[in-house]
Amino acid sequence: MKAVKILNGNQTIAEAARQINPDVVAAYPITPSTAIVETIAQFKADGMISSEFVCPESEHSAMSVCIGAAAAGGRVMTATSSQGLALMWEMLYIAAGLRLPVVAAIVNRALSAPINIHGDHSDTMGARDSGWIQIYSENCQEAYDNFIQAFRIGEHLDVRTPVLVGLDGFIISHSAEPVLIEDDREVRSFIGEFKPVFPLLDTSRKITVGPIDFTDYYFEHKRSQIEGIENSPRVIEEVGREYGQKFGRFYGFFEEYRMDDAETAIVVMSSAAGTGKDAIDELRSEGLRIGLLKPRVFRPFPHEKIAEALKKIKAVAVLDRASSPGAFGAPLFTEIRSALYDYGQRPKIVNYVYGLGGRDINVEHFKEVAAKLQKIAETGKVEEMLGYLNLRE
Amino acid sequence: MKKETWTELAIGALNLQAGNSVSNLTGTWRSGRKPEFIEDNCIQCFFCWLYCPHFAVRVEEGKVTGFNYDYCTGCGLCAEECPTKEKAIVMVKEETKIIEEGKK
Amino acid sequence: MAKLKDLAQMEDRLVAGHGMCLGCGIPLIFKIILRATEDPLIIANATGCLEVCTTIFPRTAWNVSWIHSAFENAASTIAGVEAMYKALKNKGKIPADKKIKFLGVGGDGGTYDIGLQALSGAVERGHEFVYVCYDNNVYANTGGQRSSATPLGASATTAPSGSKSPGKIQGRKDLAQIMVAHKIPYVAQASPHRWQDLYNKAKKAFEAVGPAFLNVLCLCPTEWKYDESKGIKLAQLAADTCVWPLYEVENGRYKINYKPKQKKPVLEWLESQGRFRHLFKEENAWIIEKIQQDVDRDWEWLTRLAEISSRP
Repeated sequence: MKAVKILNGNQTIAEAARQINPDVVAAYPITPSTAIVETIAQFKADGMISSEFVCPESEHSAMSVCIGAAAAGGRVMTATSSQGLALMWEMLYIAAGLRLPVVAAIVNRALSAPINIHGDHSDTMGARDSGWIQIYSENCQEAYDNFIQAFRIGEHLDVRTPVLVGLDGFIISHSAEPVLIEDDREVRSFIGEFKPVFPLLDTSRKITVGPIDFTDYYFEHKRSQIEGIENSPRVIEEVGREYGQKFGRFYGFFEEYRMDDAETAIVVMSSAAGTGKDAIDELRSEGLRIGLLKPRVFRPFPHEKIAEALKKIKAVAVLDRASSPGAFGAPLFTEIRSALYDYGQRPKIVNYVYGLGGRDINVEHFKEVAAKLQKIAETGKVEEMLGYLNLRE
Repeated sequence: MKKETWTELAIGALNLQAGNSVSNLTGTWRSGRKPEFIEDNCIQCFFCWLYCPHFAVRVEEGKVTGFNYDYCTGCGLCAEECPTKEKAIVMVKEETKIIEEGKK
Repeated sequence: MAKLKDLAQMEDRLVAGHGMCLGCGIPLIFKIILRATEDPLIIANATGCLEVCTTIFPRTAWNVSWIHSAFENAASTIAGVEAMYKALKNKGKIPADKKIKFLGVGGDGGTYDIGLQALSGAVERGHEFVYVCYDNNVYANTGGQRSSATPLGASATTAPSGSKSPGKIQGRKDLAQIMVAHKIPYVAQASPHRWQDLYNKAKKAFEAVGPAFLNVLCLCPTEWKYDESKGIKLAQLAADTCVWPLYEVENGRYKINYKPKQKKPVLEWLESQGRFRHLFKEENAWIIEKIQQDVDRDWEWLTRLAEISSRP
């Protein structure tokens, strides 16, 4: 039976995992995603899942177990955060290179140093070239919906690419809110049976997985790998539509909030988009024609669709919850600015890094950004392209 | 060997051709010496088979019958470990390489 | 008792055409180990000589299911394969009577050093697998860098001998003892020159209930610097000098499988290989003495453990 439950983000992911009942769950605890691992362990202890639950001695081994298990031929998941994802980094590329559809819930948390347990996107942004599909969630409901869809997307035979679902540390992972948990059977029927392709466990077919390439094959194998994620936009759209038809909540590459007649816009991902929408409502009531665009899928980056959505805006601010030291702007900004390059008509665009290490972002900060955008829209001049929000200067 | 385009390769960089390394003739590495089998002295102890790193000892119908020079690298472990008083394997000089890849 | 004649007629799971060096010890080890079970087998191989030399795309020397993912994680990779096997068996997707054996493989670099944590974790968790370390005392695949299995006094490219250095100044890590400390059902040290012993140990390892570990001395003419035809003689010498004792620890009980009638001095071992050549300079004499003392101490210790184990 479907039911509204009061759950935090970690419990929500664990609940989805219970329903999906993956064949193998391999995960190592780390704040703030520990409760996902603990809750799944308890489900196993209480006989509520039949998954093999492996609790390795490190995240590196957790991802290695996931890789071995996925190559063996079954459905696999993990969860981690921050340093844990960083420790997995080497293996992230290998999961993608071997085209193994592992699904990971990443409770986004800042990277050391200094060590900090709170939410920002520096962990997953650091993995943005690892070949994983990246989907970000605004709230618990989205984390639940995204996590379920992730299996369908990653395991699709044209895609067969690992998928990570991001949810913000503490802000989502530890904040309880009402979440509509769908019926177990309905979720399982949506996910469907896992279809192994050349599983190691079919020992009648003696395959060699993970050989060494020299200069004559590596490039072709990498190109072949890229094809998986390049095939994914169609699948992401299909799965998002089918999910909507079945459960009533439709998903695409991004959400547009009050963008119809907007002159200025703020682009922001994950939990801050919720605050941003409140700010947009207030600003709209003050007469400002401003909208918000919330990317959901960061990899593959929906460059064309986002550019189409933004090209007629006068001024756009991209808010990044990660920095990219020495780069020309933070990750989301560089993607969007690059996407707009080919358009004759395109907005002025600025970048604000916000929320590092869990620093608050509230309605006032969005209003600050809106005021700057308004000025840019009126004058056509950008005084400061790259800046920081809510930083003591 | 024709090299595949990226679309022709198995997804996930798999190699589906178990044991296809046999097309790599390691015998081409041999330089200067090779083992010679003297059947009359052989007691069928199989040590040569056991200690050959390159799987170059021929076993036919349960008997060692000599060498597969396509793979023999001439390391000499077989001759060294041949236990008979009158050796059943001796290393002999080899002037030229007979085998070249692709000509097989 | 297995006969070589019979083993020779079994199908090769590792086949010709691999690119390992002349006189390499690795194929000798796996020729035997891969015959010690008739069950289907899945191997996870750490980055290293064996992995590289057998799988240069588009060729593979493996006639068995095989996976490589990285250097330090053969144990956790095979643990994942084994976990999926258990999961699918529980879910009835693999027939209940289908048996598969799981084997993790690495050199001393991938096992003693970078892979030690993953190995420790995987055996502690009790995954049903065998791990084989082929220990050639050095990072041979990349040209001879030191590992924690490189013995005292050996010259390695990252612990070279020189006018101010006698080579590696630390002794070997005793990995077999570390594995014994995990209280797993079976740990053994073996060597390719005693194939029957190696075969028996591999068989016991495959049949153990729980994780099992084999540490096998692996000849490396390239890095040890000796005439490649003499490898088996060297392995014999390693056992006769007690530099590489052959023993097993079955459920905590030690058994020495080979006791030299007359223990040979380590000098003979050191003289046999170029990696120790510099030790024969006057100023390095103390190293040779120290090596002998270490070997004597370790052998004495092992003998006592075996004695204690033999008590009822």
